[in-house]
Amino acid sequence: MPEPLDPTVMTAEPRLIGSRCSQCETITFPCQGSCPRCTSVDVREWQLATRGTLWTWTIQCFEPKSPYVSEGAFEPYGVGYVELPGEVRVETRLTESDPARLRIGMPVELTTTPTAGGKVTYAFRPLEDAT
Amino acid sequence: MSDVAVIGAGIHPFGRHPGVSGLEMAVVAARSALADAGLGWEDIDFAVGGSDSAGNADTSVSVLGLTGVPFINVKNGCATGGTALTTAHAMLAAGSAEVALVVGFDKHPPGAFNPLPEEWGIGSWYGETGLMLTTQFFAMKIQRYMAEHGISTSTLAKVAAKAFANGARNPNAWRRKPLSEDEILGSKMVNHPLTQYMFCSPGEGAVALVLARGARVTAAGRTPVWLRSVAFRTRRFGSFEVFSPSIPIESSPSPTAEAAALAFEQAGIGPSDVDIAQVQDTESGAEVMHLAETGLCEHGEQETLIQSGATAIGGQLPINTDGGCLANGEPIGASGLRQVHEVVLQLRGDAGDHQVPGAPRVGFTQVYGAPGVSACTVLSR
Repeated sequence: MPEPLDPTVMTAEPRLIGSRCSQCETITFPCQGSCPRCTSVDVREWQLATRGTLWTWTIQCFEPKSPYVSEGAFEPYGVGYVELPGEVRVETRLTESDPARLRIGMPVELTTTPTAGGKVTYAFRPLEDAT
Repeated sequence: MSDVAVIGAGIHPFGRHPGVSGLEMAVVAARSALADAGLGWEDIDFAVGGSDSAGNADTSVSVLGLTGVPFINVKNGCATGGTALTTAHAMLAAGSAEVALVVGFDKHPPGAFNPLPEEWGIGSWYGETGLMLTTQFFAMKIQRYMAEHGISTSTLAKVAAKAFANGARNPNAWRRKPLSEDEILGSKMVNHPLTQYMFCSPGEGAVALVLARGARVTAAGRTPVWLRSVAFRTRRFGSFEVFSPSIPIESSPSPTAEAAALAFEQAGIGPSDVDIAQVQDTESGAEVMHLAETGLCEHGEQETLIQSGATAIGGQLPINTDGGCLANGEPIGASGLRQVHEVVLQLRGDAGDHQVPGAPRVGFTQVYGAPGVSACTVLSR
């Protein structure tokens, strides 16, 4: 099984590693040592839900400059924010890069996508056909 | 309401200027603003300015003159110009200075910006996996906004077409060729729904303003344009901002909405009193969203306003009359002051080919950028 590019952001399972404020219950991603909402430092690591809905999306059509590292020849890729109900909206790569197959509100599930150096990063994949 | 006014405005043309440094452009703009005010560098008793990536503003004293003037360098991302203006306004309003120079400049290489995640408090994975792009953020923000408020892609194209039409009439603009809505829609897709000609490009340029207070305003030869207010805000919890690996489900007003509301409140002037406005148009969608965030219209009303031509020169609410970022490019340190420079020209009636008819009296500016900063001004004759 390929390793996560950054093991502080996701587990190999994969699960996203966020944090939850013990005072106001605010959830953030990635994990951070204080709460951006209430300023408390009483926060704990929190594994995020793996299913949600696509809140917004775009397609990255040009190859980003450094520090981006393309895995092989550049191909456009999807990017979006996924709303994990009751938790947070997470910015993420999408496995789908065809704009006709993406729709705001569609159900999506956590998976992985290849990244530089034979490692993987997190991504979400559509659970239905948007067309 | 303050008794601070802009009494001089100067600009170095925006665009590409091989062999000319950002600091050299800053000096050209500063001298031009001083000449416009009928003053010399020795008359300035406070200076403030900056760039994002073209050097320290205060080193310009070696060329302008070593007068001992206190000069503060600002490096505050896209709000660099707005922050410099805020600082000068505060110094003047507090009585700590009488005549101030504000300067903003920059010089960026071609292509999209490539910020480093570490400088923005994010892990390197964010950049390496291709998420650290301002273009993506703007595309995703307008995508959501279009779905919520019924904005069409035709409206996005019309915003860009207007910018290039205005730029064609502005001798200091970079892009001076008008483009049709079809040409804009047909250009290369960058980040859905935004095409190449709907985005501004990082560029080069410089702007300087001379500000004065009280009796020094009336002593100057120029028609004063009063800086009624300047307000500056960073993001709150719940605002959807660039370079955010996550955003809360709970939402809150954007820094633009808060800065604009504060600027209007301090000026004692409302959005409905505005005759002309310059808002951040990093891409077409930003202009659409900022029109409503600033209070200049309701959310969703942009579709009718823009389609009807209300935001063009000659319309009821002319927006980005100098061509905005789309036609002028984005030299980060200079853009916020370019907006004020344009309002000053318009309120004086000195805007030449891109002058708005009807002798506008009240102007408004809004600059916005990463990672969620906004500065707004209200100006009037």
